Amino acid sequence: MKAEGLSLSCPTPLGRHMTVQMAHGGGGRLMRELIERLFLPTFGSPAAAERHDSAAVTLGDQRIAFTTDSYVVRPLFFPGGDIGKLAVYGTVNDLAMSGAKPAYLSAGFILEEGLPFETLTKIVRSMADAASDCGVELVTGDTKVVDKGKGDEVFINTAGIGLIPPGVHIRPSRVRPGDVIILSGDVGRHGVAILSVREGLEFDTAIESDCASLSSLVQTILATGADVHCLRDLTRGGLASALNEIAADAGVDLEIDEAAIPVQPSVAGACEILGLDPLYVANEGRLVAFVPREYADRVLAAMRGNAVACDAAVIGRVTATGSGRVVARGPFGPARLLDLLSGEQLPRIC
Amino acid sequence: MKYVDEYRQAARVRGLAAAIHAETTRDWRIMEVCGGQTHAIVRFGLDQLLPKRITLIHGPGCPVCVTPLELIDRALAIASRPNVTFCSFGDMLRVPGSTTDLLTVKSTGGDVRIVYSPLDALALARARPDREVVFFAVGFETTAPANAMAVVQAYREGLNNFSVLVSHVTVPPAIETILSSDGNLVQGFLAAGHVCTVMGCEEYHRLAVKFHVPIVVTGFEPVDILEGVRLCVRQLEEGRAVVENPYARSVRPEGNAPARALIDEVFETVDRSWRGIGMIPASGYRLRSRFRAYDAELKFAVEKIVAVEPEECISGAILQGRRTPHDCPAFGTRCTPESPLGATMVSSEGTCAAYYRYARFATAPSSCNVREVGAAT
Repeated sequence: MKAEGLSLSCPTPLGRHMTVQMAHGGGGRLMRELIERLFLPTFGSPAAAERHDSAAVTLGDQRIAFTTDSYVVRPLFFPGGDIGKLAVYGTVNDLAMSGAKPAYLSAGFILEEGLPFETLTKIVRSMADAASDCGVELVTGDTKVVDKGKGDEVFINTAGIGLIPPGVHIRPSRVRPGDVIILSGDVGRHGVAILSVREGLEFDTAIESDCASLSSLVQTILATGADVHCLRDLTRGGLASALNEIAADAGVDLEIDEAAIPVQPSVAGACEILGLDPLYVANEGRLVAFVPREYADRVLAAMRGNAVACDAAVIGRVTATGSGRVVARGPFGPARLLDLLSGEQLPRIC
Repeated sequence: MKYVDEYRQAARVRGLAAAIHAETTRDWRIMEVCGGQTHAIVRFGLDQLLPKRITLIHGPGCPVCVTPLELIDRALAIASRPNVTFCSFGDMLRVPGSTTDLLTVKSTGGDVRIVYSPLDALALARARPDREVVFFAVGFETTAPANAMAVVQAYREGLNNFSVLVSHVTVPPAIETILSSDGNLVQGFLAAGHVCTVMGCEEYHRLAVKFHVPIVVTGFEPVDILEGVRLCVRQLEEGRAVVENPYARSVRPEGNAPARALIDEVFETVDRSWRGIGMIPASGYRLRSRFRAYDAELKFAVEKIVAVEPEECISGAILQGRRTPHDCPAFGTRCTPESPLGATMVSSEGTCAAYYRYARFATAPSSCNVREVGAAT
C-alpha cells in the first residue's frame, strides 16, 4: 500500500491538529484517524489491514496471532488491579480476540530514575502471577531508564503471540446482518475505579476494576463449536467505541438495547455524578461476541458458566449491511445514535 | 439508583406522554432553558414521545456555549503563561477560541488541568505556592456558590497565588431578552431546576406576568421533563401564565438562603456579553471590590484581544431558538466535535453536539426508527 498524498518529510497536520493531542490515544475518532491516515498507509501490511485486536499471520503452516500494547496507567495501583496485571491481561486478551491460545509474552520496561524497587518488585510479581493465571510465559524483555521527570515512574510494553486453532476465523469482516451481539458482563468499572483513585473521589462501596484475563472465556466460547464471527475486548472508549469500530470495519449497522446492558449501580451513580456515559467508560475484562443467531443461546449459556462472564447478556444485533451506524434503543422506545467520540469523555460542568 | 430510577420508569414516562397527547389541541412552542435538559431530551428521545403539535426549542442554558469568545481567548492567554496552573471543568477544554483551545495549550506545554470543584483548584494552590493557580469560574447560578466559597476561603487563608477568571451568567435576564426580541417564537418555558434550587422562583413571577408566559420549574430526569411539559401545555391550553414548581423535591420557593448569601457576599451583578447573543444588561456576576485580588482578569494583564467568530456559525440563532442545527450548512460537515466552528458543537450540553451525537441522521434504517428531532415548525 502506498502512502498517497502523504509526505513524511514535512510536518503533516492530522485533521486540524499540528501536534499530537491526548485524544489521539483516547480510543475515539482522533485515534482512528491517526491509524488510518498515518500508520496504516505508511506501514501498509495486508495483515494490518484487517483491523483487529491482534494480527493473524502465517508462519510455515501455523497461523499465529501477534499483538502489542503499552501501559501508561496512573495510578500504578488501583482497586482490583495494577499496571503489571493490566500489561499481561491486556495483551493476552488481544490475542484471545483472534481465537488464539496465548503462549508467549515479552515485557519492555521504561523506568523513571528514582523509582523505588519496592514498587517495581510489586509490579513484576503481579505480572508473574497474572501470567501464571492465564498460562502464558514471559520469555523476553527489555529495560530502559529515563531521567527523573522524563517518565511517569514506569511504562510497560508487552507483546504476545499465540496459536490460532485450525478452522477458527474471528475478525470484523466476518460480521453479518442477523448476527447476535453478546456482552460478557457489566461495563464501566475499570474507568470509574481509576478515576475514583486519581481524583480522590469516594463512593459508599469501593468500585473495583474488572481487570481480568478473557482467555479461558474465549476457550469456553470456542468449545461450544459455534462459528464465532468476531470478538472484541472492551478497553478505552468502552462498549460504544468497540461497537463503532466493528460496525465501521465490517460495514454493517448495529442496534443495541440499552436496557439490556448491565451497569453496576455504583458505577451508574458515579457516572451520573461525573457527567459520564458508562457506555464510553473503559473496561479491562469484558468482551463482545458476534455470533450467528442459531448459536446465540448456546454461546450465552456457556459464557454464563465462566466466572468472568456470569452476567453475560444479549445486547443487540446486526441489523443490515451499512455505513457503520450504531443506534441504541432507549428505555422508552426512541433510539439514539451511539457515536464514536473524538477522544476521551470530558466531565460535564453541571 | 435512588432519585434516578423512579424518574426514569418507563410506565410513568409513557403515562405522562399519553396525558400530554390528550391535553394538546393546538401548536405550542416551549423552550427548555438548560443544556442539561436538552441533553436528556435528545438522549432519551423524549421529543419523539410528544405530539407533533409541540415543538421543544433548546435554550441558551449551556454555560460552555455562552461564554464569550473574548473570555475564552483571555483564558487561553493566561493558561499559556509558564507560571500558571489553569484549572477548569472538563468540557471547557475543547471550546475553540479564536485560534486554539485549552487542550491544545496543554499539548504545547501549558499546565491545564481538569478539576471537579473549585475547591480542588484551591487545594492545588495551597500545595503549590510556587505556582499561580487560576480557576475558570464558568456557569450559571448553579456553580456560583461553590466558586464564591473558593474565593472566600482563599481570602480567609490569605492565599495570594489563587485567582478566578469569572464568566458567570444568570438565567432570568436571558429569558427576558428572548421574550423581548423581535420574532420571538417561545410561548412557554421549562426553567432550569438546579438554578432555581439555588435562587428560588421569585424572579420568575415577574417575567410570567410581564410577558404572560407560563414558566414551569423543571428537573432533568425524563419524568421531570415530561411533567414540566405537561404543566406548561396545560397552562397554554387554558390561557394561564404563572410559575409552577413540580420540582419541589429540590426547589424551595425562596431557594437556598446560605448559597444566595454567599453569592451576594462575593459577587455583584454586571452586564455580560453572551456568546452568539450579545450584551445582556445585568446578566452576570463579577467579583466585588473586596475580592478583586482574586480576579484573574485584573491579575494577569493580557494584550488586547481581538476575538473573531467564524462567519458561518449560526450558534447565536440556535441558542435563541430561532434556528436548529439542521438549518446550518456546516452542521456535521465543516463543523463537527473534532473541528467545531462554535461552542454549541463542543459542550456535551450544547444543542449542536447533542444533535450530532444522538440524532445526526435525518433518516435511518426503517427498523431503527431514528428520526430528525426538534425541527422547528
